Amino acid sequence: MTPPESDPEEVSTSPAPLAAQAPERAESRLDGLRRLTRMRMFWPLAILALVLLFNLIFNPHFFSVTIRDDHLYGALIDILNRASSMMIIAMGLTLVIATHGIDISVGAVVAISGAAAAALIGGELVLSGGTGMTDVTQAPLPLVIAGALGLSLIFGMWNGALVAFFGMQPIIATLILLVMGRGVAQLITNGQIITIYYSPYYIIGNGFFLGLPFSLYIVAVVAAVLLLLTRKTALGLFIEAIGINPTASRLAGVRARTIIFSAYAVCGLCAGIAGLIVSSNVKSADGNNAGLLFELDAILAVVLGGTPLTGGKFTLVGSMIGALIIQSLTTTIYSVGVPPQVTLVVKAVVVFVVSILQSERMRNLVGLKDRRRGTR
Amino acid sequence: MTAPQPVVPRRPFHMNLTNLPLAVTIALFVAMFGAGSVAFTGFFSLQTFLNFFVDNAFLAITAIGMTFVIISGGIDLSVGSVIALSTMVSAALVEQHGWSPAVVIPLVLVMGAALGLGMGLVIQFFDIQPFIVTLAGMFLARGLCYLISIESIAITSDFYTDISTLRLPFLFETAISFNVIVALAVLLGAIYLAHYTRFGRTVYAMGGNEQSAILMGLPVPRTKVLVYTLNGFCSALAGVTFTFYMMSGNPLHAQGMELDAIAAAVIGGTLLTGGFGTVIGTMFGVLINGTIQTLITFQGSLSSWWTKIVIGLLLLIFCLLQRAFERRSRRS
Repeated sequence: MTPPESDPEEVSTSPAPLAAQAPERAESRLDGLRRLTRMRMFWPLAILALVLLFNLIFNPHFFSVTIRDDHLYGALIDILNRASSMMIIAMGLTLVIATHGIDISVGAVVAISGAAAAALIGGELVLSGGTGMTDVTQAPLPLVIAGALGLSLIFGMWNGALVAFFGMQPIIATLILLVMGRGVAQLITNGQIITIYYSPYYIIGNGFFLGLPFSLYIVAVVAAVLLLLTRKTALGLFIEAIGINPTASRLAGVRARTIIFSAYAVCGLCAGIAGLIVSSNVKSADGNNAGLLFELDAILAVVLGGTPLTGGKFTLVGSMIGALIIQSLTTTIYSVGVPPQVTLVVKAVVVFVVSILQSERMRNLVGLKDRRRGTR
Repeated sequence: MTAPQPVVPRRPFHMNLTNLPLAVTIALFVAMFGAGSVAFTGFFSLQTFLNFFVDNAFLAITAIGMTFVIISGGIDLSVGSVIALSTMVSAALVEQHGWSPAVVIPLVLVMGAALGLGMGLVIQFFDIQPFIVTLAGMFLARGLCYLISIESIAITSDFYTDISTLRLPFLFETAISFNVIVALAVLLGAIYLAHYTRFGRTVYAMGGNEQSAILMGLPVPRTKVLVYTLNGFCSALAGVTFTFYMMSGNPLHAQGMELDAIAAAVIGGTLLTGGFGTVIGTMFGVLINGTIQTLITFQGSLSSWWTKIVIGLLLLIFCLLQRAFERRSRRS
């Protein structure tokens, strides 16, 4: 699995990040600050802190968290809960972007996954007693979840196969699914919005466990699995090697195709998990509008988190912070009273600005060429 | 086959191979039209054929712009939202502010070209991948639509109504709409631009190999910016014709049309890797799109989202075909 030939490639890509990740070594005060700003996590965290601080000024109670019915309540918990689906998608997308790819079909997969779950549950509203409703489902919950996730995984593998084995450009391969996926979701829901009347399913997106939203535990599990896979095995380095130089990594013995294929498959699966959370949260599945424009948010989260769109070095934690930044920003826009339509424009402008800042030309202009890596 | 190709005599063998998809496209169109004629009574008529143009004039215009972008080795994902933005701006200015269409239409065209110019400049100057810049442009234009209005704006202006209902008589008591004239004018202009001007030659050259084109002294940076400007203009023009067609401005208009435009170009034989393709081929790609829509309408029981699925599958098949041709031509 891990041929020794791949070592030279890993070594050649690691010196710069090593220096950036271990700032404690230099004790000089003057150097300290510069080292701090060079840390991978510094800028994402700084932006997040800035957005939260802005909220605190407008709303002094922003950080207050109260306990009601054994659940934690507050704006921060709300942001965490709402950002959960995006955090999961962003992590999956990070792996794809790290291989110098892109997946713009995540929103469509979110819709497919939700549609599949809703179709499996099916059923009509059955009123019981005065106001309550009876849980109606055609399939047991594990089967519903397995079915939806299995379908998402298949679509992820479809993307992966097109890119890795047929050599299609990632943007085109996933663009096909971006548009076709909505058709597929419509096909599953028969063109209608399916409402779910099955309360165990609601737990995924609305439930609480030990005072915290249940969705956060899903995020934690996904993050733990992906971090273990990429940071405790050589897989992470292989992915970075492919993103930085596909040819060199192949010559070094990295099985690029299998890894790229897996990255898209995992991304599809992550989008599927997010689809469950989204559909559970709104208790329905809408093939047309579920996960609409999620791909922009996901790309934005990854980029804000510090993973360059050109591939290579990636950070899963950064992407999670990126998703939190976006959700905080959205909440801020709502709470300040700016029309929510502005959000899309703001996000588009942020993508423009961030990708310009990341470009080689801009770094040359500002003289930051030594920052991070200087490939290409 | 029928395409006038005085230029691109670079690799004759390669050209023959890549011309095969175009032949396949025309054959596919004839086959689909034939199948429809056999299956459904009333399908085989000149008016049905002309309606492909009437119902897809806007797609033809934007697909032609897209063809230039793809030949130059780039991609533009913003066309659908630029079309939507054009309909929104037209509707808002004409209906809500009472501006004259004579001012609004040129303004919309300039706006589209300016958006394209902006994206082209960012792509060229900062050397960022086109898809990410145009993806941001796609969301920007869509967001601007929502800023104008969340609701659909119906158009009741006399000028728009007149143009929209105008039917120009054609052969054998058939008729075409004003939009078809615009689309055909764009087609002729595009053929001239692609094959008889320095700009066209540079587009093909930089799509084939950007480094070589630069070394040959061709104005690659300028041309790259111009290609995106041209596409922005085409999208806005498509938006104007789309306004005539739909008689409303709606932020949800033309969703996913970027795929239709890319599909039309690719099905028409344009290589996604750039450097090869024809405007005529794209026109056939648009016709195939129209045939699928009409077939699904005639069939009756299939829902409209099947169009998306079929177009996606066709795009997929043609992309895979291209890969197969590329591999074979590289081997030989």
